[in-house]
Amino acid sequence: MGSEFVTLSLTPLLIGIFAAVACALPGNFLLLRKQALIGDAISHVALPGIVVAFLLTGAISTWPMMLGAAGAAVVAVVMIEAIRRLGRIEPGAAMGVVFTTLFAAGVLLLEQSDTSSVHLDVEHALYGNLESLIWLDGTGWGSLLDPQALAYLPVELPRMAATLVVVAGFIALFWRPLKIATFDESFARTIGMRTDLLGLALVITAAIAAVAAFDAVGSIIVIAMFICPPAAARMMTNRLELQIAWSVAFATLSAIIGYVLAGYGPLWIGMGDAVSAAGMIATISGVILAIAAMFGPCRGRAGAPSGV
Amino acid sequence: MQLSLASQNGQAAREPGLETSPLAIRGLTVSYGEKPAVFSVDMTVVPGQMTAIIGPNGAGKSTLLKAALGIVPPVSGRVQVFGRPLDHQRGRIAYVPQRASVDWDFPTRVIDVVMMGLYRELGLLGRIRGTHRQIASDCLDRVGMSEFADRQIGQLSGGQQQRVFLARALAQGADLYLLDEPFAGVDAATEKAIIGVLKALRAEGKTVVVVHHDLATVRDYFDNVFLINTRKVAEGSVAEAFTPDTLQSAYGGRLATAQIDQIARPA
Repeated sequence: MGSEFVTLSLTPLLIGIFAAVACALPGNFLLLRKQALIGDAISHVALPGIVVAFLLTGAISTWPMMLGAAGAAVVAVVMIEAIRRLGRIEPGAAMGVVFTTLFAAGVLLLEQSDTSSVHLDVEHALYGNLESLIWLDGTGWGSLLDPQALAYLPVELPRMAATLVVVAGFIALFWRPLKIATFDESFARTIGMRTDLLGLALVITAAIAAVAAFDAVGSIIVIAMFICPPAAARMMTNRLELQIAWSVAFATLSAIIGYVLAGYGPLWIGMGDAVSAAGMIATISGVILAIAAMFGPCRGRAGAPSGV
Repeated sequence: MQLSLASQNGQAAREPGLETSPLAIRGLTVSYGEKPAVFSVDMTVVPGQMTAIIGPNGAGKSTLLKAALGIVPPVSGRVQVFGRPLDHQRGRIAYVPQRASVDWDFPTRVIDVVMMGLYRELGLLGRIRGTHRQIASDCLDRVGMSEFADRQIGQLSGGQQQRVFLARALAQGADLYLLDEPFAGVDAATEKAIIGVLKALRAEGKTVVVVHHDLATVRDYFDNVFLINTRKVAEGSVAEAFTPDTLQSAYGGRLATAQIDQIARPA
C-alpha cells in the first residue's frame, strides 16, 4: 500500500465507492416504491441526452452533457407517467418501452452525428473507464496534503463526492416526508404533503446520481447499485433507518471487493490481464444480494403473523 | 360592493352548514374515466356526531372521502372544513385509509407508524422529544396495542394493523376523523376496540365520519347516515334517513326486500 496505490488505485476506488453509495441511497426508496427499474431507465436515456447536448454545444464538456442527461431523464420520467396514465399500462412496462426506445434513439443519433473523433461511444457508456481515472500527481500518501498535486486529482472525484453530498443531503433533509409518502401516499396527501413533487424530486435526485456516476463509471454500476445493495439490505433488517445503513455498507463493500478483484483477481488465478472494474463491482453486488437472499435474517415476506 | 356583500350573506343564510359544519361538500363530482364515480354530491356533516357513509360496492363511498381530503382531484365541486378551505384546516383532520391500500411489508415498526401522525407537529427536521414519544405510546395504548410497539408492521394480524392506523390518526390530535372501512376484515375484538375509541372521540366533542359496509351495525354505532350510489340518496339521522325506502333506492335490487325490512326496522 505505497505510492503506487495512491497513484493508480486510490482515486478510482474512491470514485467507485462514491458512485456506488450515491446510487444505492435513492435506490432504497425507489425499491420500496416499486420503481427500482427507474435507475435502469435513467441510465439508458442519459445516452440520447448526452448526444443531444454534444450536438448542440459541439464539444465534450461536462456540464452541458450532464444537463443534457438530466434533461433526458426528466423527459423520460414524464413520458413514463404519461404512458402509464393515458395508456393504462403498468409502470414496469411503461419504463421498459420508454428507456429502450430512447436508448435506441441515442444510438441512432450517435451513428448519424460526427462523433467519431471524440470519446463518446456505447461501450464507454456501459462500462465507463474506472481504471483510467488515475492520479498521476499523487506520488504517495503525502500528496494528499500537497495542494499542487491535489489540483490534478481526476475531476470525477470531486464531482462524484459533490454528487454524494447532494444525494445524501436530499435524503437527510426530506427523510420524514420520503418515509411517510413511500409507506402511505394517501395519508401523506391528507397532511398536506405534495407527494407528486416529492416523487419527482426523488427521481430527479436519482437522475443526478445516475448521470454523475454514468459519466465516471458507466451505466452498468448505476443499474446494479440502484437495486442490489438496497435489495440485499432489505433482507438484513426490518427498519428503514438500518436498511439505509446496510445498503451503504454493501455498496461500499461491492466497490472495494469488485475493484480489487478486477485488478488482481485474474493475476491470482494465473491469467494475464485485469478485467473491467465496473463489471466486477456490479457482479460482486449481485453476489452480495444472492448471499443476503440465502442467509439474511429478514428475507421472508413479513406478512405471516408470528405468535399472535 | 354593498350589493355583492348582501348577496354573499344571502347565500350563507341559505346554506348555514357551509359555515359551521366540520365537513361541508357542495356539488362534488369525481370521475376516474368517462363515467363519474361520484356525481354532484352535497353533504353536510353534523358536528360532534358519528356519521356512516353507506352504499353498495362501487357506489363511490371511498371516492367521496378521498375527494373531500384532496387525495383524488374532483372534476367539480367545493369542500369546506370547519367553514374554511381544506388547505387551511389540514391540522384539524385525521384520516385512516383502507388497510389494504399500503404495503405492510414496509420496513418499519408499529411505533414509527404512529409517530407519522405527529409529522405536522415535528416538521422536516424537528427533534423528536420525550413528549412526542409519550403521545405516540399513549395512542397505541388507547387502541390496546402497547405491547406491539417494537414489532415490524408486517408481523401483525389485519385487525392489529387497523388499530395501528387508528392510533396514528389519534396522534394527529384532530377535530374531524375520517375513516375508510375501518371494520373491513377485522376480528371481533378489534371491531369492539375501534368502536370504543370512536365513541370516546365523540364524547370529547370530535366529529367522526366512517365509510361503512355492515348494515347490521349501523343502528348501534352511528347517529347519522349518508346513503350514496354515485349520487346522494339520503342524508340525516339514522331514524329518518336509514329506512327501507332509502335502502331500497341506494341498493336497488341488490338487497332482498325482506332483508331491508329487517335491517332498517328500528329496534
